[in-house]
Amino acid sequence: MSEPLVVLERVNKHFGDLHVLRDIDLTVGRGEVVVLIGPSGSGKSTLCRTINRLETIESGSITVDGKALPEEGKELAALRADVGMVFQSFNLFAHKTILENVTLGPVKVRGTKKADAEKRAMELLERVGVAHQAEKYPAQLSGGQQQRVAIARSLAMDPKVMLFDEPTSALDPEMINEVLDVMVELARSGMTMIVVTHEMGFARKAANRVVFLSDGQVVEEGTPEEFFTNARSERARDFLGKILTH
Amino acid sequence: MGEIGDILAKYDVLAAFGMTVYLTVFSAVGALLLGTVLAIMRVSPVGVLRSLGAFYVNTVRNTPLTLILVFCSLGVFFILQLNLEPASSPTFLRDNAIRWAIVGLAAYHAAFVCEALRSGVNTVPAGQAEAARSIGLTFGQSLREVILPQAFRGAIAPLGSVLIALTKNTTVASIVSVSEASALMKVIIENETAGTAVFLVFAIGFVVLTLPVGMLFTTLSRRLAVKR
Ligand SMILES: Nc1ncnc2c1ncn2[C@@H]1O[C@H](COP(=O)(O)OP(=O)(O)OP(=O)(O)O)[C@@H](O)[C@H]1O
Ligand SMILES: [Mg+2]
Repeated sequence: MSEPLVVLERVNKHFGDLHVLRDIDLTVGRGEVVVLIGPSGSGKSTLCRTINRLETIESGSITVDGKALPEEGKELAALRADVGMVFQSFNLFAHKTILENVTLGPVKVRGTKKADAEKRAMELLERVGVAHQAEKYPAQLSGGQQQRVAIARSLAMDPKVMLFDEPTSALDPEMINEVLDVMVELARSGMTMIVVTHEMGFARKAANRVVFLSDGQVVEEGTPEEFFTNARSERARDFLGKILTH
Repeated sequence: MGEIGDILAKYDVLAAFGMTVYLTVFSAVGALLLGTVLAIMRVSPVGVLRSLGAFYVNTVRNTPLTLILVFCSLGVFFILQLNLEPASSPTFLRDNAIRWAIVGLAAYHAAFVCEALRSGVNTVPAGQAEAARSIGLTFGQSLREVILPQAFRGAIAPLGSVLIALTKNTTVASIVSVSEASALMKVIIENETAGTAVFLVFAIGFVVLTLPVGMLFTTLSRRLAVKR
């Protein structure tokens, strides 16, 4: 494996009595694409969100590029700028135009000049195929377009790693591929990605590794090919059986 | 209708309503500023600030405005000798009363502005704040750039109601001897007989002030609503 970029060691988290993350160990190398898969409620979103500290953890450690996650304040904000996040529900800033959505972070967090930020934003919007919508507001775009803008917004920060939490599961079927295509292209360009998704096509095309989570534990991991055709654990086979019949 | 003409000819009704507008405008600005600070305190991650904000709102909102204005005028001005106007000024008593009335009105309505803004904050989905934090904005930047602009737009209608209430509540300032509209009305009633014409003049005056405000805020809240 390449040099480790994101390292989780014995991470534990509860929501009340519910033990959602149990002794999670996970190392993601630079440039690696890891798909997190598992039944509903297994802790995939929570795991994803602990990596930029949208969820706090109770024990264990998480490091990004060798640095432990800061507790609060400016340092935490600085870390989050380096960790991109794409949400299931897009979460574009509803009162800002598409262009402003993409330039906000670079201007306010990185101190980039507005003109430079706009030039770069237009390049990124071009890359994800929504440059012609730059002056519109999020509500005027389709879900697939919004999600591609959200990816551009993350990319504008030049993140070291990007987290995706079910980026296509809120989309109408005909829009799923336009988003997955952008993600595959991103993976090929060398971006380090941690992706929660049930899209096996994406996993097969772009992932180096599939990590199967169940009841807050890493039950099994392997290459997409190994995992989808030849899962070792009973729980993984059971889960795959359920998603494959649909 | 001749009566109304007489009243308008004999008394400076316009000047009295001018004072009403003056009180309203300055108190509204003060209430908006203080109310925004209170709202930020009430949504902040710091427990002490949240409690302080809640304490202020709950105390002030549940105290009659009359008490607050009397406190401003008697308590602070006469007893503590805190003046907002140099005592040497020829209009010292009058101006000091006006200024303290503005302070009292602003302090009181700030509690309502705070609650209106908080209801506006509740119209902003949690995902907006998460997205703001995840691109590296600090708490303050998230508020300024993402949460508050949307919260203000979601709060326009309730803020309009606060402004209308404030306009009418300026009449309470007459009890600390500020000569606004209702004070003049009392004078006229004492000097003339209390005919319906007097009430009509002042009722119409207030409707003329508040009706357009209501319509303006309704239009604004529709125009500026954040589309999701
Ligand atoms: N904020 C919260 N408070 C309390 N319980 C929570 C919270 N967030 C998640 N949970 C619970 O923690 C467990 C793990 O949730 P999580 O969202 O990480 O699962 P998931 O694997 O992403 O599921 P899904 O596939 O449905 O998105 C679930 O049982 C969920 O109900
Ligand atoms: Mg989830």
